[in-house]
Amino acid sequence: MNFEFPEELKILKEEAYKFAVREFTPVSQECDREEKYPREVWKKACEYGFIGAWIPEEYGGAGAGFLANTIITEQFSRVDMGIGLIMASCFGAENIYLYGTEEQKKEYLPRIASGEIIFAGAYTEPNAGTDVAGIRTRAVRDGDHFVLNGQKMFITNGSICDYFVVFCITHADAPRHKRFSLLIVDAHSPGITRNKIQGKMGIRASDTAEISFEDVRVPVENIVGKEGNGFYQLMDFFNTTRTMVAGQGVGLAQGALDKAAQYVQEREVFGQPLAHFQGVQFQLAEMATRIELARQLTYKAAWQVDQGRIDPKLSAMAKYYAGETAVWVADKALQLHGGYGYIDEYDVQRFYRDAKILEIYEGTKEAEKLTIAKIVLKEYQKG
Amino acid sequence: MFREEHQIFREAFRRFLDREVTPHMERWEAEGIVPRQVWRTMGEAGFLCPWLPEEYGGSGADFLYSVIIAEELAKAGAVSLMAPLHSDIVAPYLYALGTEEQKMRWLPRCASGEMILAVAMTEPNTGSDLAAIRTRAERDGDFWVINGQKTFISNGILADLVIVACRTGAPDSGAKGLSLICVERDAPGFARGRNLKKMGLHAQDTAELIFDECRVPAENLLGRLHGGFYHLMDHLQQERLMAAVMAQAMAEAMLEMTIHYARGRTAFGRPIAAFQHNAFKIVDMATEVKLGRAFLDRLIGDHLEGKDLVTDVSMAKAWIAEMANRVAYQCVQLHGGYGYMEEYPISRFYRDVRVIPIFAGTTEVMKLIVAKRLGLL
Ligand SMILES: Cc1cc2nc3c(=O)[nH]c(=O)nc-3n(C[C@H](O)[C@H](O)[C@H](O)COP(=O)(O)OP(=O)(O)OC[C@H]3O[C@@H](n4cnc5c(N)ncnc54)[C@H](O)[C@@H]3O)c2cc1C
Ligand SMILES: Cc1cc2nc3c(=O)[nH]c(=O)nc-3n(C[C@H](O)[C@H](O)[C@H](O)COP(=O)(O)OP(=O)(O)OC[C@H]3O[C@@H](n4cnc5c(N)ncnc54)[C@H](O)[C@@H]3O)c2cc1C
Repeated sequence: MNFEFPEELKILKEEAYKFAVREFTPVSQECDREEKYPREVWKKACEYGFIGAWIPEEYGGAGAGFLANTIITEQFSRVDMGIGLIMASCFGAENIYLYGTEEQKKEYLPRIASGEIIFAGAYTEPNAGTDVAGIRTRAVRDGDHFVLNGQKMFITNGSICDYFVVFCITHADAPRHKRFSLLIVDAHSPGITRNKIQGKMGIRASDTAEISFEDVRVPVENIVGKEGNGFYQLMDFFNTTRTMVAGQGVGLAQGALDKAAQYVQEREVFGQPLAHFQGVQFQLAEMATRIELARQLTYKAAWQVDQGRIDPKLSAMAKYYAGETAVWVADKALQLHGGYGYIDEYDVQRFYRDAKILEIYEGTKEAEKLTIAKIVLKEYQKG
Repeated sequence: MFREEHQIFREAFRRFLDREVTPHMERWEAEGIVPRQVWRTMGEAGFLCPWLPEEYGGSGADFLYSVIIAEELAKAGAVSLMAPLHSDIVAPYLYALGTEEQKMRWLPRCASGEMILAVAMTEPNTGSDLAAIRTRAERDGDFWVINGQKTFISNGILADLVIVACRTGAPDSGAKGLSLICVERDAPGFARGRNLKKMGLHAQDTAELIFDECRVPAENLLGRLHGGFYHLMDHLQQERLMAAVMAQAMAEAMLEMTIHYARGRTAFGRPIAAFQHNAFKIVDMATEVKLGRAFLDRLIGDHLEGKDLVTDVSMAKAWIAEMANRVAYQCVQLHGGYGYMEEYPISRFYRDVRVIPIFAGTTEVMKLIVAKRLGLL
């Protein structure tokens, strides 16, 4: 057992934080207010090698692994989680890394790392979110193409991406979980309509869209992994990317604590700094403890992915607990700011709005509890 | 408690909201303020200060009518239209403390909606600790000259009359050196700062107020000289009770919309409400909402009888405001991705309700009051 933080990760952590403070802060309020995607910041982050840090060097990435990816995400989210979602410009492409062919990896991964293209993962539909096997989008074989029809909902990067990885039905008559495949779809293909969704509670710098596919032709070689194996591959995908989302939670919570711990030492009430009151001190203690718990869980889950031993239970635990912690900590931090916590001039209200998504996307926390419970029960199965 | 005439009034007010308020809320939210005209319309329809005696332009209604208005505004997602602050928090100061001349001058216009009210206690450097207020008022002949700044003042931009808590005693006079002074819209030296952009209550004009050698007639002093702090304390019971009423009504509205959503939305072939975890969550919420309602109704009843309820009202303000936020949190979750979208009312409720544990005295300040009353601190 060794809990030592390797030197290179320590440096990466500091660099990522410095980058976020320098590059995010000046555009933070504008992106939030105007629901604007921070294109320049994303480009710059690519130059620094932060984006797709998990992409192996042979495919143009930093080859730093998923733990490093999580740590960068954490540091970005500590400053502004909405802008930090530039880390999700590779979202969906993890499918290619996990199951793609050599050609697919060579074709897409280097261009993600270099900032030429943005990806999106399109799984959710208006009537199927948690129950992802309830989707209806269909791809029907027509010669050396698939013809894709259907609707996707709440797709991160949906209106700005260059490629989607689409979760769709290819084997309608197969048993429920064997019907699906993952397809790489050029976002500029004819038949695709994308509508940006305006008016999110938080992460307003991140793009979210509703997509419709109408007779979109996709070459058969764009299948990721095995036809009919899409559902199982998607689960592996989530178990991998949940470590990044857990990193968002840890980072957001840490950022909220950063602000609260400073504020209570500056603000005086009843003739003394707020920090002198025990009620305040104990809140900080609880916030810091939960953050540390979430962080250890998250790092371990990400480390497991890097060992090539994805642990679905641990990934789900990390994502669920880090998300819940972020909401809880942001709420306390807001309250500690009193009236100032509620106005736009102070960032803590943005942290509060941003945090809530962490319990919803990438599987709601209930979806994660379903996974955890199933595995726990299996572990104790008789015989 | 509520009789048939109350129910009739409630329905009339609901229809009024459906017609005059709800259809415009989205625009008002974008504009950061409600138009003056809606205040006039409310006044003309008898929905402002209904409790005022007829001689001052009211209809002599009991406190329950005020409760109904606050509840229905909250349920309609229109807390930003802060009529309850005007009618039931600020106007009572004028009624209880004003001279006959002041009352005749102002109150009829408060009831008609021609005059909008605000109360300014909070300053940039002090909120919870009211005894530390620094805005100064000095006597100069027949005038008060006021210097200082207030912040987070509800109705701050629209207000035609603001009751300003000022230091009239020595700088270190603490609670014993404050007075309430009425500042009217056109008083020289009175300016409005920013209409503060905030996380929720977007249509509410919460603003900064600036007093720079602001001159108001000496007779604008309200109540006793140096008695301001005690006047504030006397009125905070009703203010906090109203905050609890709003929070409770919001919790009830959120619960109702969420039960409706959760029974209609399906996943894995059944309504999401039918998963045991969700069903239990909803039951927990329904239980908490009922507890809040039972407590609150008792307090409303006791308040109607004029009882001193400071301890209980402080508990209720703290607990119900926190409870409403717990409810908001679970309800957004039950809406899944849709709960995160402004298009769904729950999303706005979540942002709006978060202010209730902060204004009208924070949860922690409520606990300080109760702790003192229990002899703990
Ligand atoms: C800002 C944003 C970005 C997103 N980005 C993406 C993206 O990039 N790609 C993508 O594919 N999707 C994306 N999503 C969609 C997101 O993953 C879904 O919203 C989420 O999975 C929940 O699905 P739903 O909204 O349909 O809720 P539902 O599945 O309808 O769930 C509603 C509620 O019921 C609960 N529930 C459902 N089933 C059960 C059960 N069996 N037991 C107990 N409780 C249950 C849920 O936990 C939730 O609380 C995004 C969503 C948002 C809001
Ligand atoms: C939307 C909105 C509308 C408002 N409307 C009005 C209005 O119309 N008129 C008006 O005068 N004011 C108004 N306010 C101001 C509001 O009443 C104050 O913000 C509130 O009283 C808290 O004061 P503060 O912001 O200075 O916080 P502070 O007093 O600085 O408190 C900061 C934090 O410390 C906590 N705290 C304070 N003292 C202690 C202690 N002794 N022990 C432990 N914790 C403590 C508080 O609970 C809070 O969490 C409004 C505020 C908002 C946000």
